Amino acid sequence: MTHHNHTGPAIVTRGLTRHFTSRKQTVEAVTDLDLEIGQGELVAFLGPNGAGKSTTLRMLTTLIPPTSGSASVAGHDVVTGQRDVRRAIGFVGQGNGAGQRQLGRDELVSQGRAHGLSRADAHRRAEELVTDLDLAAVADRKVSSLSGGQRRRLDIAMGLVHLPRVLFLDEPSTGLDPQNRANLQHLVQRLHAETGSTVVLTTHYLEEADALAGRVIVVDHGRVIADDSAARLKSGLGDLVRVGFSSPADAARAASRLERVPDSRVEVDDLSVDLRVRDGSAMVGELLADLGADGVRPTRVEVARPTLDDVFLDLTGRSLREAQSTPSDTTPLESEVAA
Amino acid sequence: MSTFVSDTVNVMNRELKPVWREPLAVVFAMIQPLVFLGLFAPLLPEMAGSGSALQWFVPGIVAMTALMGASFTGSNLMEEMQSGSHERQLVSPLGRPALLVGRALKEVVPMLMQVAIIVAVVTPFSFDLHLGGVLAGAALLSLFSIGVGALSFALALASKGEDWMFWTIQQTLLFPTLLTAGVLLPVEGAPRWLEIVSMLNPMTYVVDATRALFAGTWPADVVAQGVAGAAVVAALGLLVGVRAMRRSS
Repeated sequence: MTHHNHTGPAIVTRGLTRHFTSRKQTVEAVTDLDLEIGQGELVAFLGPNGAGKSTTLRMLTTLIPPTSGSASVAGHDVVTGQRDVRRAIGFVGQGNGAGQRQLGRDELVSQGRAHGLSRADAHRRAEELVTDLDLAAVADRKVSSLSGGQRRRLDIAMGLVHLPRVLFLDEPSTGLDPQNRANLQHLVQRLHAETGSTVVLTTHYLEEADALAGRVIVVDHGRVIADDSAARLKSGLGDLVRVGFSSPADAARAASRLERVPDSRVEVDDLSVDLRVRDGSAMVGELLADLGADGVRPTRVEVARPTLDDVFLDLTGRSLREAQSTPSDTTPLESEVAA
Repeated sequence: MSTFVSDTVNVMNRELKPVWREPLAVVFAMIQPLVFLGLFAPLLPEMAGSGSALQWFVPGIVAMTALMGASFTGSNLMEEMQSGSHERQLVSPLGRPALLVGRALKEVVPMLMQVAIIVAVVTPFSFDLHLGGVLAGAALLSLFSIGVGALSFALALASKGEDWMFWTIQQTLLFPTLLTAGVLLPVEGAPRWLEIVSMLNPMTYVVDATRALFAGTWPADVVAQGVAGAAVVAALGLLVGVRAMRRSS
């Protein structure tokens, strides 16, 4: 039943753009997106609410047409080959895919039938998924009685009924408690490893993108601002070495000394100096010795490994956590898009 | 075409699962018509020469039940639009027309269950059961229900994110439609403007035909007009509904 021996990229977009018009104002939700995602990749779109992640996913899953540009998924155009795209993909949206009044198993079977499985095959596949996703205890209950984590597993099971070539997950862990979020991440990794499907998810959780995805596409204001593995994004940014001093004069002297470190950035803030440099942790001993030789005595030293939030801060000038909590003008748009 | 049929059957089967599992919900959904039946029927004057008052009133109540059930049904879709299961189906290979038509066809089943209940309740009283006529009337109302259901789904799709709009429009239209169709009181002898509204209401013809059929009579012109009225509603409903479903995202 596996059909992932396809060659060619799973997703290609060229100049993909989507505008929304609300109250006579045009908002560019996604602008000029050029992407290529290979078969079998596990990719996370990371960005604050309103960044255009969901809009991108909604175009790729044929829910909304692009304003301009094109996209193909599993070799089919998202506008002219809608039905073929829908056959090839699984989709786990932000809400619950299973109907509240239905029984979980019934929904699995009906989803299988929608994908053209025979009655017997649909039942067999539902049974496999119930076992595989640990739903045996709840599959014959009404969906509205399931917990958030159980419903999410059921949604994922529904997305996998037909062993899709590409699986899309829109904010899969939003609303889950930390334990369930961790379980979900393991589940996605395991399914990715077992099925060889291409998995594309959106998230605004840095830790999730970091832990889960082989490739992180950072999106802000409808544009891709970074696209690489989490490890390379972070190591590209370098470690943060923060050195504290007892007087501003010492700090200033130290800063002028540290500015000589190649490929580094230095910022002075009163009594402390921040040095951003690759492999900073390995250089600390030498740096402190240099400062000592200059007669400057640091009072404290901290070394922080970079996080994806630092990467985001570096790229946009604001923290992803801040971007999250401050309601920006694009937030209503995202809610409109997600509705 | 065959995918349309199998998709439609798939959608209809899914919609019917809760109906088969919880048939009592069908009874709860018809409390209001039953209350009307219980409270209104004893007040009706006996009509000279045209059978018992119940004979006249029951077909109207049956049509009312069909209208109410089918016009409420869009709320189920609204629930699915909110929860995300509608979105999931939009991304599945199921065709857009099938998502609408399958749902509209499903309306026939609870409607028939309700007709059976009403007829069973009134037959021990002064209602003469003409089985052939009742079955023909039920078939007519099935067509009508499909149309009203489709309109209700279209309204639900148009009210995306604004539930109040669905309920306001549904409630605003419900009783004028019932009253001008002559469901509770005869429209004969009403002011001219009311007669005109009644003539423009397709449900008027459906109710008239249902009354004739339930009485065991088969006047060709009345029945033909009833079928035409129901067909107009069905065609309009499916047209508007499929169009709304195609635009849904």
